[in-house]
Amino acid sequence: MLTISTLLNNLEAELRKTQIARKLANPLMIGIRTGGVWIAEQMHERLAISEPLGLLDISFYRDDFSQIGVHPHVKPSCVPTHIEGRDIILIDDVFYTGRTVRAALNEIFDYGRPNQVILAVLIERDGKQIPIAPDCVGTRMVLTADQRIKLTGPKPLAIHLETSAPDKP
Amino acid sequence: MTEAIDNLQLNAEGKLKHFITIEGLSKALLTEILDTAESFVGMTDQQIKKVPLLRGKTIVNLFFENSTRTRTTFELAAKRLSADVLSMSISTSSTSKGESLLDTIRNLEAMFVDMFVVRHGISGAAHFIARHTAPHISVINAGDGQHAHPTQAMLDMFTIRQIKKDFADLRVAIIGDILHSRVARSQIQALNTLGAAEIRVIAPKTLLPAHVETLGVSVSHNLTEGLQDIDVIIMLRLQKERMTSALLPSESEYFKCFGLTESKLKIAKPNAIVMHPGPINRGVEIDSKVADGPQSVILKQVSNGIAVRMAIMSMAMQPQGGMQ
Amino acid sequence: MNRILIKHGRIIDPANEIDRVCPVYIADGKIISVSVEPAGFNPDIVIDADKQIVCPGFIDLSTRLREPGQSRKATFKSETLAAASAGVTTMCLHPDTKPVIDTAAVAELIRELADKADYPQIYPIAALTQKLEGTELSSMLSLKQAGCIAVGNANQPIKNLLILRRAMEYAASHDLLLMFRPNDYWLGNNGCAHEGAVATRYGLPSIPDAAETIALDQCLELAELTGCRVHFGQLSCKRSVIKIHQAIKYGLDVSADVAIHQLHLTENDMAPFDSAYHVLPPLRTEADKQYLRQGLAGGTLSAICSDHQPHDIDAKLGAFPETEPGVSSLETLLPLMLKLVTKHAITLEQGIAALSQNPARILRLNSGALTPGLPADICIFDPELEWQVNADNWKSRGVNTPFWNHTLKGRVTHTLQAGRIIHYLHCTRTYS
Repeated sequence: MLTISTLLNNLEAELRKTQIARKLANPLMIGIRTGGVWIAEQMHERLAISEPLGLLDISFYRDDFSQIGVHPHVKPSCVPTHIEGRDIILIDDVFYTGRTVRAALNEIFDYGRPNQVILAVLIERDGKQIPIAPDCVGTRMVLTADQRIKLTGPKPLAIHLETSAPDKP
Repeated sequence: MTEAIDNLQLNAEGKLKHFITIEGLSKALLTEILDTAESFVGMTDQQIKKVPLLRGKTIVNLFFENSTRTRTTFELAAKRLSADVLSMSISTSSTSKGESLLDTIRNLEAMFVDMFVVRHGISGAAHFIARHTAPHISVINAGDGQHAHPTQAMLDMFTIRQIKKDFADLRVAIIGDILHSRVARSQIQALNTLGAAEIRVIAPKTLLPAHVETLGVSVSHNLTEGLQDIDVIIMLRLQKERMTSALLPSESEYFKCFGLTESKLKIAKPNAIVMHPGPINRGVEIDSKVADGPQSVILKQVSNGIAVRMAIMSMAMQPQGGMQ
Repeated sequence: MNRILIKHGRIIDPANEIDRVCPVYIADGKIISVSVEPAGFNPDIVIDADKQIVCPGFIDLSTRLREPGQSRKATFKSETLAAASAGVTTMCLHPDTKPVIDTAAVAELIRELADKADYPQIYPIAALTQKLEGTELSSMLSLKQAGCIAVGNANQPIKNLLILRRAMEYAASHDLLLMFRPNDYWLGNNGCAHEGAVATRYGLPSIPDAAETIALDQCLELAELTGCRVHFGQLSCKRSVIKIHQAIKYGLDVSADVAIHQLHLTENDMAPFDSAYHVLPPLRTEADKQYLRQGLAGGTLSAICSDHQPHDIDAKLGAFPETEPGVSSLETLLPLMLKLVTKHAITLEQGIAALSQNPARILRLNSGALTPGLPADICIFDPELEWQVNADNWKSRGVNTPFWNHTLKGRVTHTLQAGRIIHYLHCTRTYS
């Protein structure tokens, strides 16, 4: 199992490469609550982005409202600037089914029309259910159905592999 | 045999299904409503004013009693949740018999609606609709006769919590026509459940219901005595009909005894807040200077109303025990 | 006519102070003998009433059969079947039919309907005022001659006390009993529940007990002034019982009854907004209920009635205050009376007397007893038989009762009216 600092280094390297390849101009960085924000804070510092980090809470955009209902504790999203025409770096901790990213994209597009969005995740695991893929990853892994990867933090940031009952993505 | 009111409101998992009355709901559930409303309050400042939470759902505002303000807040709340809204004002003059209540409901159900928000002039109407409506439909009571107005009570609790933080040591005075007030009944139930220290009703004897103490309140017929040590003052509207039905001699006499003026306000605690469910009758129950003054939170109540109703509607629209 | 022998039953006949197991002999529609076998008596029908109670058929002082005029709710046919199955052999019909019983023609119509339903012992109560509007006197003499057994105001108000006084004087001059339900219309204020803690909590328009007690007081004063005999119907308050007690002690010729459900239910029993509990007078407090029970045990309240008011389903479907008040109560009359006995509120003899001997005395009817020579109006019931109140066991068209789906104990097995068997329960014992 790779250490958190190795993963962060990998991700940073990928991001820098992609930034050049996709010609990102003055990108706005947005982290998805909660784990994605911790990772984004790291990347935000490493890439020395001056514009404040955006925070996205996707609770109201989830597609499983019919199954699990509304969550009682939702902090509002905080996107400090206009999205219109911007290049966005969207960051999350674990990419699994893809539904979280879809919800985040829906919310971002409600704010306005970005120029482009690149997706950076610390860990991509198998089990995709939506045709979305990250542009940058810290690592890829294959897990069994009863295994889960969890990020804890913010200090210290750590990764845990859990084996438990079937996952609710 | 019929189930008790609280069982009617909750589904098999104990989650909110209908919102008819505060009675029978636990402190935990009321707190959950307040917390959920908290998430929606932030939205009005945001660039996005809508969330897709209830997209594809149809909410019908069924108003048998006229009320532009309550109807528009419910409409706005539903629209901000991206639901489709249908507002119906149904007149029920005694001369026009028209459709029975049940027939009105059945006709609307046939159009595949998901939720009724009902305001009716007769106590028990919302309860009746909740008992007879199709199983997948939720009912929100926007005020039934003199029985309950639970969404108003919740937005009042939300406003109190915003400013006073904790209910435990609060002394609340409710002043005015308690007898005819569904708002007062719901507020009293909410304050008791949330653990307020004391609820005091202040009114002339003609405007108090029989055995009012059984609601869990103390009683005063004198505003000057009643306002001592009070943290929250809730004024109720005095309707003109009360003068013509021999309940009160005149508005001016009422204002002399029970009207909230600046000098009367000083009797309460220095940081007491003044609330009113609206619409206010200036110079009848409350002086303009107080209504517009620094201790008044009346406008806050109005803006909180949308967030609280959004919370209640999204909680009641939940799945009934997971998709069966 | 059939000769009928009822054997092995426990005879309870309060009028003749009989309570023992012995046979009853019936012929030509009359009771021939109790206990002593008449010579050469060869019965055509033998009813084995082993482990059952045999008593006089019940006389119900307050019923509504909804005809003429409201046959959507119920008919003579359906409700007389219900009455028969409930052991009720005589019924008084309130005048608030459509049209009101204020002319001899309507009284005769009632007679025809009763005959057609094969249940002759229905006594209409004549309207005290024309159309029950409370302003002009009705033709009480013609109505009496057409078969009305008393005059009454149903639940309608009298316009003022002067008119009530005159109506009572007129009734007295024809020796007519006034059957009066006391309620002050203004104090009642269109309420639908008792003015107390429950109505306050549910925001229901309410009726203070003063609405009943004040009207009762006024009528008592007028009874003394006019000499009119008055029977007060369906009392619900503690203070009403006290006033009746004082009036009787004082020497006024008055009596009173209570509806069976008032002896069991209070405002606290009301399931929230359940229209099955919407009755007038409303269900009051525990203290009122206890006093009504004591009043019954002590004799101040001499009779129990069903206050039977069957309704169509729509009448009870709506927000509570908008529904129509009333319970369909004939068929729960017996088991609920027995429940009072089980709870030691009254004795079995008092319960049966309150349903037979005493109503007969109030109406000056020659019945309510198993005296030889009287018409054979008889009720035979199994006090231990449990049954559920549901569609299989219910004959009335109205299913509006708070006891729906309850299991009750005590059921009528045979009912005889003037020597004819008008009801028997199939599942019970021998019937040869």
